[in-house]
Amino acid sequence: MNAYNFAYLDEQTKRMIRRALLKGLAIPGYQVPFASREMPMPYGWGTGGVQVSAAVLTPEDTFKVIDQGADDTTNAVSIRTFFQRTAGVATTTVTHDATVIQTRHRIPEEALGEGQILVYQVPIPEPLRFLEPRESETRKMHSLEEYGLMHVKLYEDISRHGHIATSYAYPVKVEGRYVMDPSPIPKFDNPKLGDMAAIQLFGAGREQRIYALPPYTQVVSLDFEDHPFEATKADHPCGMCGAQDSYLDELIIDDAGGRMFVCSDTDYCEARQAAGHKGKDAA
Amino acid sequence: MQADTLSGGFADPSIGSSHAFRAVMEAMARPGTVHGISGAVPPAPLSPAAGTVLLTLCDTETPVYLAGAADCEAVRVWLAFHTGAPLVGPAECMFAVGTWDAVVPLSSYPVGTSQYPDRSATLIVERPDLCATGAALTGPGIKDQAALSLPEVAAFHSNRALFPLGLDFLFTSGDCVAALPRTTKVS
Ligand SMILES: [Zn+2]
Repeated sequence: MNAYNFAYLDEQTKRMIRRALLKGLAIPGYQVPFASREMPMPYGWGTGGVQVSAAVLTPEDTFKVIDQGADDTTNAVSIRTFFQRTAGVATTTVTHDATVIQTRHRIPEEALGEGQILVYQVPIPEPLRFLEPRESETRKMHSLEEYGLMHVKLYEDISRHGHIATSYAYPVKVEGRYVMDPSPIPKFDNPKLGDMAAIQLFGAGREQRIYALPPYTQVVSLDFEDHPFEATKADHPCGMCGAQDSYLDELIIDDAGGRMFVCSDTDYCEARQAAGHKGKDAA
Repeated sequence: MQADTLSGGFADPSIGSSHAFRAVMEAMARPGTVHGISGAVPPAPLSPAAGTVLLTLCDTETPVYLAGAADCEAVRVWLAFHTGAPLVGPAECMFAVGTWDAVVPLSSYPVGTSQYPDRSATLIVERPDLCATGAALTGPGIKDQAALSLPEVAAFHSNRALFPLGLDFLFTSGDCVAALPRTTKVS
């Protein structure tokens, strides 16, 4: 472990990220620029989240990494091992045992508590990017609260599909001020963003942005009076644990095209099964 | 150079600053909560908490304003040795440290710009004590309501009115830290 700086990053870089995190918490939903560093993993692997985790971890932390809800993907395992080696932290797959959870594309089903920090890996932090590619312009739009185009885009969805088709990275407004991209979580997870007891930190490595939600912050998914926001999920119970309230992945289980719906949050599903809950596809 | 200039830093900078940052982050994320923070032993008149915050967040890229009695030879030399932070006046600083009487008026500090509200000063305000009584606090980070012994109310009112611009405050006393970001409503 002595061959590395604690949590890999040098102290100056950690200080710079820490200062950005504090300003992010002081201005919820606002994207703070930071000087992203090269990490020993490709950008698609969540280098923004990794840098934020490196800046907040202490040796006493218990660290969990989820990738689309699963602890056992190559990506999740690599990041977990990385901090086990460089920061000497304990690791876990159990949501309520973790003090810091780094996530890609999900919020755990189990409600998080005050002693916890959720770190999101963010590919594209700018919710207005698809309307306006120029950073100078989107920055201006945020400063003027010029969010009309965003509503127009969502409303076009409604006129085309009869409902808002955006189902991931569904934009939210934070404390009535900044429109924020919650990262590509399913919109099913959006209601958990607001009023959460845990601290939420967002890191975009390639785009060099950090933003944050303090606990108990008001977060509202954009919608319309005649088309209110809906946190949708597949209309099935989990095949393994029978949960009715969890976000589900659809799995193809045989060559005949048989399908099965299973909790995307593997820790949640396994804990329910261990407690005796059984779905219709459970062995 | 005096012997205590070279001392008073973190015993282990990497681990010490990780603990100190978590205390500062918890404080900023949950306005009104008081957290233990230690590791640095700065010269008088700085508290261990203020010294620890400075070593955790400051370096050659963060201009610091030493206000009032904090602007003494011992502190200047200690801060230069441990952080290399350039010393500046209030208008150019990213961090300021001093007692409330020394750091006011708040109109002297950068509050950020409409496109970069993060380019605003963080004030480290030394307090005789810190406790969860006094002014009522509401806003992000606070479930229902919190309280904190603040030096006054009106200044934080005016600061809140600047949102999303504004100053952010860390209050230090002994080995404790609390915070008040610009989002907090004080009454
Ligand atoms: Zn399940």
